[in-house]
Amino acid sequence: MAALISSAVISPVIEAREASPAQRAWRRLLRRRGAMLGLFFVVFFVLMAIFAPLIAPYDPIATSWSAVRKAPSWEYLFGTDEIGRDVLSRIIWGAQASLMAGLVSVSISMALGIPIGLLAAYLGGWTDSLISRFTDAMLAVPFLILAIALSAFLGPSLGNAMIAIGVSAMPVFIRLTRAQVMAVKVEDYIEAARAVGNPHWRIALRHILPNVLPPLIVQATLSIAAAIIAEASLSFLGLGQQPPAPSWGSMLNTAKNYMDNAPWMAVWPGLSIFLLVLSFNLLGDGLRDALDPRQK
Amino acid sequence: MLNYFLKRLAALVPTVFFVTLIIFGLQQLLPGDAALILAGEEQDPEVIAYLQKKMHLDEPLPVRYAYWIGGVLQGDLGESLRIQEPVLGLIKDKLPVTLQLAGMAMVIALLVGIPAGIVSAVGKDTAWDYVANMVALWGLSTPNFWLGILLILLFSVSLGWLPASGYVSPFEDLWGNLAAMIMPAFVLGNGIAAVLMRHTRSAMLQVLSADYVRTARAKGLGERTVVLKHGLRNAMTPIITLGALEFGTLLSGAVLTEQVFSIPGFGKLIVDAVFNRDYAVIQGVVLFTSSVYILLNLMADMAYFLVNPRLRG
Repeated sequence: MAALISSAVISPVIEAREASPAQRAWRRLLRRRGAMLGLFFVVFFVLMAIFAPLIAPYDPIATSWSAVRKAPSWEYLFGTDEIGRDVLSRIIWGAQASLMAGLVSVSISMALGIPIGLLAAYLGGWTDSLISRFTDAMLAVPFLILAIALSAFLGPSLGNAMIAIGVSAMPVFIRLTRAQVMAVKVEDYIEAARAVGNPHWRIALRHILPNVLPPLIVQATLSIAAAIIAEASLSFLGLGQQPPAPSWGSMLNTAKNYMDNAPWMAVWPGLSIFLLVLSFNLLGDGLRDALDPRQK
Repeated sequence: MLNYFLKRLAALVPTVFFVTLIIFGLQQLLPGDAALILAGEEQDPEVIAYLQKKMHLDEPLPVRYAYWIGGVLQGDLGESLRIQEPVLGLIKDKLPVTLQLAGMAMVIALLVGIPAGIVSAVGKDTAWDYVANMVALWGLSTPNFWLGILLILLFSVSLGWLPASGYVSPFEDLWGNLAAMIMPAFVLGNGIAAVLMRHTRSAMLQVLSADYVRTARAKGLGERTVVLKHGLRNAMTPIITLGALEFGTLLSGAVLTEQVFSIPGFGKLIVDAVFNRDYAVIQGVVLFTSSVYILLNLMADMAYFLVNPRLRG
């Protein structure tokens, strides 16, 4: 009996000791059905974007005057648009613009925001005050309005839209990194690292950064969702991906002029944006629970 | 109270200064000479010279900033190059339309978001909670311009119940105005309702596990009284504070909603300015929006201070 109890108690302990924090978080993530559904659709869209040249049934920019505004059929599963382009092919290729916008914009936000936030919290004093006031100022301009203004001044293109979205989303990462570093830098192990003579850059990069990463990863996932909507919004307004290149946002912009006689043109791009954004939101919520169970 | 207000006001000065720097800096992003870009395709040397003089482009950057901020402080946000009218006047003309849209959207968001949050918190881990969370996720993940198009397809194209676009002043035709604004307001309120639902759920869960709620239940009070009188009343403070901060989302959403429904408001003003390369209008709209956001932020802070006795102590 005693042996049974001890083995039942000890084995999970041993297992927990063997597993790294990342492995434990991954196991927690696997148990969340919503997050797994999100991950499934994210992988689905990524594969669709990568293999677009192989799986798209038609050329996404090839027009056909004999197939203008054809309703969905076996020939054109999602129908055709106002100049006879296959909607399904444009949806498949459009995934590239949306995913690229999400990933590149958030990479820009993180590449700028994390070092600035780290610097503010680590150095403190005037540097911190200056950076914090600048961050407050950026947060005072509504996200999409700042992105629209930046895109307008930089010029309409997918590249500029990604820069605009990335810069507009940066203050969230500055603030989050700063708050996390402030909490971590007073921990005993940082004091110990300092006491043994580690240089500042080593303390910041080796001891602080890895310990502030989990909430940043969660924020990155949720920011990708916001960036995808922002890119679609900018393309909808004509400030993102330029025609004839396919983009879900610009497809919706065109579709709103043909609602009476070609409603399918509006359904599929919107549904694609919704599914992709929902997937990242589900994954982000799941990651939050998995990486920091206290916030559940 | 006055001390706290003055301290908060003083803390805003550097923030506002940086906001003006960012907005002034936008113009420096224009590739090449701003006057050449603004002069259009004709590139008339007289127009270019006029613009260079008007925009002080021959002066150093700090001097140009001083001219610009000097004008802003006197209520001069510049002049629209396209319409040849002061930017502040344009904003004043368009603002009432957007304020009506934003107000109606906020009412819809409050009517949907708060009850959904309460139901979700009271029935935590039940089917109600699951459904409310799903609805919130839907609200957060749906691009509002797509939702607008879908509603137009249903209520205007298929059923013919509501107008697909346009705007009528409520002083001319109140019912016509409400019919034109109800769909855009719902579209705009949808995302905010989702955020409010999440805030309400989280605030209610925290409050419902507090000792005084347990005491209220132990006294034999009915569940409705416990939830609404003891729970919601205490949870409302963070909900209202966070709700006020959703103003930015509301204005960002209005840009797209007004575009879908062709409503001649504040959002359409910035979009038209973008396409007309009317940079003074873009800068003016961004500056105005940020100033209102900062002011609302301050008011939310003050409200929080007033209703929270621990802060006053």
